[in-house]
Amino acid sequence: MKANPKNVLTGAHYLDGDHACSEGALAAGCNFVAGYPITPSTEVVERMTERFPTIGGIFIQMEDELASMAAVVGAAWSGAKAMTVTSGPGFSLMMENIGLAAMMEAPCVIINVQRGGPSTGLPTLPGQADMMQVRWGSHGDYEIIALSPNSPQECFEFTIKAFNLSEKYRVPTFVMSDECVGHMTEKVIIPPADQIELEPRRYTTLSPAEYLPFKPEKDLVPQIIKAGDGYKIHITGLTHDEKGYPVMNWQTQEKLVRRLVDKIRLNQDKIVEFEEENTGDAEVILLSYGISSRVAIPAIQKARKEGIKVGVLRLIVVWPFPEKRIYQLAKKIKAFVVPEMNYGQIVLEVERSAKGQAEVYLVPHGGGWVHDPEDIYKAIKEAVR
Amino acid sequence: MSETQVIGKTPQKAEEHPMAKILRMDRIPHIWCSTCGIGTALTSFATALEKVNIPLDHICVVSGIGCSGRIAGYVKLDSFHSTHGRALPFATGLKLGNPKLKVVVISGDGDIAGIGGNHLIHSARRNMDLVVLCINNFVYAMTGGQTAATTPLTAITSTSPYGNYERPFNLPHLAASCGAVYVARWTCLHVRRLAKSIEEAINKKGFSFIEIIAPCSTIYARRNRLGDGLDLMKFYHDNAIIKHGADTRELDIGYQDKIIVGKFVDIERPTFLDSLNAWNKKVLGEKFREYGGPND
Repeated sequence: MKANPKNVLTGAHYLDGDHACSEGALAAGCNFVAGYPITPSTEVVERMTERFPTIGGIFIQMEDELASMAAVVGAAWSGAKAMTVTSGPGFSLMMENIGLAAMMEAPCVIINVQRGGPSTGLPTLPGQADMMQVRWGSHGDYEIIALSPNSPQECFEFTIKAFNLSEKYRVPTFVMSDECVGHMTEKVIIPPADQIELEPRRYTTLSPAEYLPFKPEKDLVPQIIKAGDGYKIHITGLTHDEKGYPVMNWQTQEKLVRRLVDKIRLNQDKIVEFEEENTGDAEVILLSYGISSRVAIPAIQKARKEGIKVGVLRLIVVWPFPEKRIYQLAKKIKAFVVPEMNYGQIVLEVERSAKGQAEVYLVPHGGGWVHDPEDIYKAIKEAVR
Repeated sequence: MSETQVIGKTPQKAEEHPMAKILRMDRIPHIWCSTCGIGTALTSFATALEKVNIPLDHICVVSGIGCSGRIAGYVKLDSFHSTHGRALPFATGLKLGNPKLKVVVISGDGDIAGIGGNHLIHSARRNMDLVVLCINNFVYAMTGGQTAATTPLTAITSTSPYGNYERPFNLPHLAASCGAVYVARWTCLHVRRLAKSIEEAINKKGFSFIEIIAPCSTIYARRNRLGDGLDLMKFYHDNAIIKHGADTRELDIGYQDKIIVGKFVDIERPTFLDSLNAWNKKVLGEKFREYGGPND
């Protein structure tokens, strides 16, 4: 399915990352946004409010982020392509209904333009410290998909990708941007609509008598309907059977929650995406994501000039995590160096995936500004010593 | 009590349940206690649905969490059992995602006015086109009867064993002062009047709020030694005063005091979507493109 030309601002533009997210969402066919103002993400919804009235779409400023996320799940079930946008404190408030989205298998997109935390933290300055929260933040067991852009161009592209993945796997999908990328202005090329491929919603072809809202297809994802189509479905956040009815026992829990987890885990080879550079003969691999992957470039260049064989693995999809590839690489290299703007989140996944086959060095940063490339360079030197 | 006999009539032979069109019969029996008022409220809702001129396919029910929140699981409509307190924002998304839907929120006092209070005042302020049936049993019943934002002063609950000292909400006044266009209150004794009110609310555009005072004999009445379900109905019979158009400031409910019921507000005001569309059309003229729903 191709994008609708009326939604796509084809051409070369000078956009910041937040506005590029808006254009990505519009190109993906987003027609419902519920949000609550929060720095540094507000520009995303501001642009939506400007663009929606001439395209056809609903923006509503809710009373808080609990409401924003609840409205997104509701809108997804009435057939809208729904999105919300937030940052740290708002992200924490959304967790309740992110769990609901996972349980109700509502396709939806959440953009988190990360800032420094905890609590109110640094509203106007960057952070990457919500990377574990996005994976584990709501209670109970579930899986999500999260992407991490490092430029306005990627904000545009990854927002479309996020919508597509959320439709394909019926799972809340996250664009984990940060204040730097969100407020960085660069050239963004928006292709013609016929070059933008969209994943259609997985509407059922079955009749109301045959349809079961949570009966999975081969890839473990069930077909969907939208409210008002006469299917008279019941959808609940309680543990439910294939009919959608609540059933309070461990057998139903096992069947449902295992599938919610497995629909991502067993399809992870199709979802995982990363970029590799010079990993073939690397002795050390710089593993990063988002803005930190750009900040690391001078450090990599400096180390390479000194003859250190530095490879790069940049995560595009952060969750699910590319554990298989990291294990393969770990067996061939001496160490991974992981710069991230937190005190150790994704590095734990790298350690887990490397299974002791390579050293893992964290280059931490509390957020508020990006790393000094010199600190990353020193870690590379330390790693090959 | 003659009103209830039509619905409660014992079938002479094995025939279809009178509410089979509305209920998910494959989920019956329900979880509610004997003499609970929620079933009565649901019956009035079902009665109203038979009279409204909206196809059942277009009517959705959204509930939150709690005893009343279980209603969504028993109605044979597109029905959503959301999170605690969030039925209204969920319903807001459902309605705005497809403006052709008629969305009815049915949930309890704890859900709508306690944890969801912020959503209640803002939904009313926006005049979101939703019907809210708030079933008030004065306590958090599902969790064992803790004090709620609606517990009358001095009433005993599991967390106010010596009596409640917190002033409760006057729900019709709260809804009306925030901008609801239709506000009524009935008890579970007033089934026909309640059904009529629900019918009016569904047929009306905008934010309609109906408080339904419901007996909870297992928890609220037992702790306060108020007798069984029938005693509570007798209490409503003796103490409910019908006063249409009453000043909503005077609708506080005291412990075992008179309960003023009736239709208090029925006014016209543009809904959220009406205002959004009218304003944008005025400002943007032909450039404005109204959102018509998911098939748009």
